[in-house]
Amino acid sequence: MKQLYLSSSPHIHSGETTTGVMRAVLYSLLPACGVAVYFFGPSALSVLLIATLGCLASEAVCQRLMGQPVTLGDGSAAITGVLLALNLPPSSPWWLTLLGAVIAIAIGKQVYGGLGSNPFNPALVARVVLLISFPVQMTTWSAPAPLGSGLDLVTTATPLGEWKNAVMLTGQLPAEMQGSMTNFFIGNMPGCIGEVSALALLLGAAYLFYRRILTWHIPTAFVGTVVLLSGLFWLIDPAKYPNPVFHLLTGGLILGAFYMATDMVTSPVSISGMLLFGAGCGFLTVLIRLFGGYPEGVSFAILLMNAATPLIDRYARPRTFGTVRQGRTQ
Amino acid sequence: MKLKTFAGGIHPPDNKQWSSHKAIENCPLPAEFVVPLAQHIGAPSTACVDIGQHVAKGQVIGSAKGFVSVPVHAPTSGEVVAIEYRPHSWGPALPAIMIKPDGEDLWSTELQPSDPGQLSTDDMIEKVRLAGVVGMGGAAFPAHVKMSPPPEKQVRTLIINGVECEPYLTADYRMMLEEPERILRGVALLQSVLGAERVVIGIEANKPDAIALFEKHCAGTAFEVVSLQVKYPQGAEKQLIAAVTGKQVPSGGLPMDIGAAVHNVSTAAAVADAIVRGRPLIERVCTVTGPAIREPKNLRIRIGTLLSHLVEVCGGLAEEPGKIILGGPMMGFTQLGFNVPATKGTSGLLLLRMQDVDPRPEGPCIRCARCVQACPIKLMPTTIAAYARRNLTAEAAEYCAMDCIECGSCSYVCPSAIPLVQTIRYGKAAILAKKRNSP
Amino acid sequence: MLAAILSLGCIGMIAAVALGFAAKKFAVEVDPRELAVMEALPGANCGACGFPGCAGYAKALVAGTIDVNQCPPGGADVVAKLARILGVEAAAASREFAVVLCQGDNRKAQFKYHYLGLEDCTAAQRIADGPKVCPGGCLGLGSCQRACPFDAIEMTATGLAVINREKCTGCRKCVAVCPRQVIRMTPAEATVHVLCNSHDKGAVVRKYCQVGCIACQLCKKAAPDAYKIENMLASVVYEHHSEAAIALAKCPTKCIRDFAEGYPDGSALLPADADKPHAA
Repeated sequence: MKQLYLSSSPHIHSGETTTGVMRAVLYSLLPACGVAVYFFGPSALSVLLIATLGCLASEAVCQRLMGQPVTLGDGSAAITGVLLALNLPPSSPWWLTLLGAVIAIAIGKQVYGGLGSNPFNPALVARVVLLISFPVQMTTWSAPAPLGSGLDLVTTATPLGEWKNAVMLTGQLPAEMQGSMTNFFIGNMPGCIGEVSALALLLGAAYLFYRRILTWHIPTAFVGTVVLLSGLFWLIDPAKYPNPVFHLLTGGLILGAFYMATDMVTSPVSISGMLLFGAGCGFLTVLIRLFGGYPEGVSFAILLMNAATPLIDRYARPRTFGTVRQGRTQ
Repeated sequence: MKLKTFAGGIHPPDNKQWSSHKAIENCPLPAEFVVPLAQHIGAPSTACVDIGQHVAKGQVIGSAKGFVSVPVHAPTSGEVVAIEYRPHSWGPALPAIMIKPDGEDLWSTELQPSDPGQLSTDDMIEKVRLAGVVGMGGAAFPAHVKMSPPPEKQVRTLIINGVECEPYLTADYRMMLEEPERILRGVALLQSVLGAERVVIGIEANKPDAIALFEKHCAGTAFEVVSLQVKYPQGAEKQLIAAVTGKQVPSGGLPMDIGAAVHNVSTAAAVADAIVRGRPLIERVCTVTGPAIREPKNLRIRIGTLLSHLVEVCGGLAEEPGKIILGGPMMGFTQLGFNVPATKGTSGLLLLRMQDVDPRPEGPCIRCARCVQACPIKLMPTTIAAYARRNLTAEAAEYCAMDCIECGSCSYVCPSAIPLVQTIRYGKAAILAKKRNSP
Repeated sequence: MLAAILSLGCIGMIAAVALGFAAKKFAVEVDPRELAVMEALPGANCGACGFPGCAGYAKALVAGTIDVNQCPPGGADVVAKLARILGVEAAAASREFAVVLCQGDNRKAQFKYHYLGLEDCTAAQRIADGPKVCPGGCLGLGSCQRACPFDAIEMTATGLAVINREKCTGCRKCVAVCPRQVIRMTPAEATVHVLCNSHDKGAVVRKYCQVGCIACQLCKKAAPDAYKIENMLASVVYEHHSEAAIALAKCPTKCIRDFAEGYPDGSALLPADADKPHAA
């Protein structure tokens, strides 16, 4: 007789694995990648490939150097790569993308101990480092040139950038904004590779909801806070502040709310914590967008809230069964 | 209709189809019984027979020590052949009495039926204690202790647990289908002993026939039958009370603190036997099931029957087993072999095949919060486990580690296969040890 | 410009005054000897002295409630220093090191089941008394390694804890954490050890371990003073350790080992031919 297995209970498992979760997230990002390649052509594809392969290679090298088993198979490095690419402009030069990949994995993840230990979202760490270090390359945007349209990629400004510039110069909304809300929704606008198409992102998010990998708490709190706050300012002065739908559909809000802020490792674990986290992200985003120096605030907002996650986890604990308040008996 | 339930929990496949349609069979007597003296929570009993002595069925062979203890009885008539340490399902070898059946299977003449109407409450509780009745849902806590709450803790709601939320197990289900009268007689006795105003029989909605049958039997009585949402651990004491009454047992407290008491359906039947017929607890229904057994069955077994005999009665092994589990797959205990006896708490014997065992090593926690959402006690299992692993007992205690009911929901959902329950259990042991060492 | 310099200067002055005041007002009185003792202690906070950390030991030393030789990691050096600071006689501290009394790794010893779950010896021990058939052998799940404050324990690839002599300070943390009591403290000068912790009968031991003590008495016959056999297990009588080496060659299972040439690191514990699988 072969040796039996003995273990502590339970003896059955849901069958869900970390690799399975990561794979589902990768699948859910496919529509956004597809739309990006459609609007921005081969340059988007090359950014996607370089970022993903760069992250995989960095992960392998880091783990080899630290004498740990190489765990490319779990898919977490690939996700970081894809998310990083989605957070870069389509015209990013190859060296910028590669540098981003190395920063994301080496500085954003492996120095903290690898998967599960990083306090900040690795892809956002890389994006912000690049944004601060190479502002020119990171804010050179291309107008979309759908495949088959015969258009070349032309340098232009993002809708948020356009608005910010106008407000900085004149204190007013630009007289005429390029693009319609419909175009913003499907992604026909300049911006980062992955942030442009709210439609594709929501499609992927719907799949994650269906697979129960994503819960509604963080995205709802995030988006809800942004809509509420930006709506408030819009009502106060519609001549200066754009309406909430504009905020919702431009910049990286959808990408941030559904994919970056919901990164499991760097967000709180309790429901109240998630709601608090999402609301904090929304608040900071609006604050940075309306009053900060950068037109876009999602990345900074999420990173700041990432830093607050341990604190949130400490205080926003679920109320233990049979207690009135935290840890106190009835 | 929205069915009653609790917050949190999981939905494992119930796998009851293996044995749910099989009527209870009487298990033939084995060639030898191994009756452990420790079968319940509390002080083990002490042997009160000698080697070579002839014992009658139902005769006391191990007497109780202390209040939280019950006697152990001979499962059949026969000769005591040995009193020695034998492998026990709890792990280490423990003292047990070996009985060789004489084949007559004759009841002890001292056991007399009585009319419950003539008995005082204390007499009834004493009869239950002498009959060695323990909670038969798995925890095996002496029933008479739960039946005698201190006077200031009046039990208003008596909940009868017919949930059987553990996957694979169908013993309680078959009991409910086949012996509703016996169960209900026990329920009525429990009610009169406890003086409960309200009696609720909670059954999971995946047993519609049992619900219908009990509704039929309870028509015209004050007993309520409540259909509960199918969710694990619906049958856990605290969760069941929360679902039925909407009240939560205070952390560190007992059900009686909020005026509730929970007894299993099989326990109720055993209480009826003890009081009305004077019969001690020497047999129970046990589900022998799983993909590695040839013919899954619901068996009425005598306490002290070796697992090897159960396997034999169920047609032997269909395949090489990978795990031998006493109890259900969520809270049961793995065994080293079939040479351990079934005890009063043995609700099932589950045999998994090699390929049913997931030998995946644990991975890093990705903080997906699945465990936090699944926890029926609303703990943060991953945080407690992380503290417990580093022997930070004070921190683990601060995160309410001691409130964990070890239901296994967190480990079940963990995508990184982290043994959360085991780690928390380890932390709980450390917390208790620390408490003992620093008075 | 001037306003800036002035205002910054003012802020600096105010802060300096406040800090100076706070330092005087909230100063904690510390016995200067206690500070000196803290200086002398290794500062590892290992707890070998019985206090949670070095500070606790220092306090007790100054209070005179404990001997100066209670700090194994510090060794004779620290004892001498402490004695000087406190002006007491230095009691001779005999130095002890931890040794894992088992060489039955997963090539040499048999397992009764596959253990799944928490990588921790205490947790595994709770499931059917641990996966190793031998009731005393090292479980190899590394609880001692994690408990060691000095990183002195290595887990070999074949599942055995081996203590690094260079790094071991004798703090006994591993001894306290091992659920099978397979780690023992041994005098520094003793180099011969019986590397077995099974009290089973010889015939039983032979079934599950190739390198276990079978209590054959041969070592005791060769060096009667240096060995004792208790409960079917031989051990070195460390008072007579110098005579123990005579019996080395007599041991049929090679569970007596002499580390006079130096203690091995993990992988070198067993001889090269140890890869032979155990005959079942």
